[in-house]
Amino acid sequence: MATAELVAGHARRRALAGSLQRNRRWALILSYVFLILFAIFFLAPPYYMLVTSFKTNREMVDIATNPWIITRDITFDHYKVLLHETDFLIFFKNTIIVTVCVVAITMVVSTLAAFSLARMKFWGSVGIATGIFLTYLVPDTLLFIPLFQIVKGLGLLNSYWGMVLVYPTLTVPFCTWIMIGYFASIPKELDEAALIDGAGYMQMLLRIFIPVALPGIIAAMIFAFTVSWAAFVYPMAFLYRSDQLVLTVGTVTSLVRADVFQWGSLMAGALLAAAPPLIIYAFLMDYYIAGLTSGATKG
Amino acid sequence: MPDDTIHPSLVYPGVGAAARRRRPLIRRVLQRRSTIAVFMCLPLLTIIGGLVIYPALYAIHLATLNKGMTKFVGLGNFTFLFTRETFWMVARQSAIFAITAVFFKALIGLITAHLVNNLPAKGQRKWRGMLLVPWVIPLSLSTLGWWWMFDPTYSALNWVLNGLGFSSVPWLADPYWARFSVILDNVWYGAPFFLIMYLAALKSVPEQLYEAASIDGANAWQKFIHVTLPMMRSIIAITVLFSLIVTFANFDIVWVMTQGGPRDMTHVFATYAFKLGIQSGDIPLGASVSLFMFPILAVAAVFILRGVHKRAKEM
Repeated sequence: MATAELVAGHARRRALAGSLQRNRRWALILSYVFLILFAIFFLAPPYYMLVTSFKTNREMVDIATNPWIITRDITFDHYKVLLHETDFLIFFKNTIIVTVCVVAITMVVSTLAAFSLARMKFWGSVGIATGIFLTYLVPDTLLFIPLFQIVKGLGLLNSYWGMVLVYPTLTVPFCTWIMIGYFASIPKELDEAALIDGAGYMQMLLRIFIPVALPGIIAAMIFAFTVSWAAFVYPMAFLYRSDQLVLTVGTVTSLVRADVFQWGSLMAGALLAAAPPLIIYAFLMDYYIAGLTSGATKG
Repeated sequence: MPDDTIHPSLVYPGVGAAARRRRPLIRRVLQRRSTIAVFMCLPLLTIIGGLVIYPALYAIHLATLNKGMTKFVGLGNFTFLFTRETFWMVARQSAIFAITAVFFKALIGLITAHLVNNLPAKGQRKWRGMLLVPWVIPLSLSTLGWWWMFDPTYSALNWVLNGLGFSSVPWLADPYWARFSVILDNVWYGAPFFLIMYLAALKSVPEQLYEAASIDGANAWQKFIHVTLPMMRSIIAITVLFSLIVTFANFDIVWVMTQGGPRDMTHVFATYAFKLGIQSGDIPLGASVSLFMFPILAVAAVFILRGVHKRAKEM
């Protein structure tokens, strides 16, 4: 009797476990189905840009063919036109100069500030930290008109050095904010040990904080890079001569002509301009995401 | 004294001298410490003061001048804007744009975060990377791709719609469809940001809570309502408010895709300010328009700050 009950209970439990497992498998299959649908939505535009950039103009204007695939020859003409007949390479060079300068300035400024705010408490340091966060919330579209006047007053209008001046307002607050979080998580014992060893504050920062908080510093660097590479409002407002343009504005304004045959080069330009952030993110995604989410979740 | 058995100077030469002059040195270090700290903050304070706070105040000053910037007109620019039908339309469209886009971004972000979280751990990274692509491409450039998909003659989206038996949609020619199109582009770009935020928050919910809920007989939906949502409440609030600010102030999409048209109906505050201030050269009027974003953003910022502090206490 007792054994029979036991066996029955066992079977029931196994049936229950089996149905749970089946439920879980269904949930997994459904997850994949919906994820594939979302992936199509998210990846369709870049995919279509890629297809367009390799498609001949003749096929592009043929309404009868499927626009999403290349049925005839693949062509590299759009890329050749882009690189030889437009100022695209000048835009690229300008963007690299601006971005490298902005990342360097941002990292120096925000590492120093984050270190002093996280470790060397002084009068007003908490207020400054809050203020930095609020500054991060001020959008560029609120400031571009007064900054236009300021940049003009400094004689930097229509020069990419003006971008080096104004981009840090976009990058420094957030980079400082996430680095304060990373620095604050370093155990106090480490700096006490360093102080006992007679290290100064600069040594402490360079020898201990920067190496230990390296993931946070990499995340901040990627953020600064992404932001200054993608910035659009400021260069749109402050730059208009094509030898000074950066990639975003250059691609959008000078490659767009009222001519339908420019689409291939335009898409090629947009993709090449988007390639550096995509490549960096492909390799360093985990650092970047860890930095972003910790900045938002820990505070 | 045990401390004296191994004197620091034996292990670390040079420390002994400092240890002997301890009292005055500590006071000096304390003094020096705050001075050094202020110096370290100085570049940051210069940037924020000179390029954020000063321009913000300068914008207020500019908004009180006439077009030639020669005469003080007080609130004249604002009262002028209030009489313009276009301005009210821009204000309405900015609100519609931001609220609709943020709602769908948050919804899609929440759904996709759950879907990714359901997957076996080793596949999650790949899917997350794939779904994050829109957010990594500079917005002005990906908007070019959308623009091309919305092209009146060669629209690839219309090709799909026609294939499914629907008629073509005048994406950017009709003002209401144009509004839909700019929102669609914004949802596409911003949903991945919500995805990573929510995914990180989902991972921070302790597994025991779900186990306890299972023992109490909760189904998946009940677990979501009674465990997941309360645990994620503050991060959802922070992300939504933050995205509201960014979306409200968005410039790239509308500028690249429609330049505010047709009939100014897709203009948002940022593009309208750009059109008036930079393109038409009426700097004071443009500054006035962009200043309208300030009170709305300030309210959102206060709530974000409260959320961040609450979240910090929860962690």
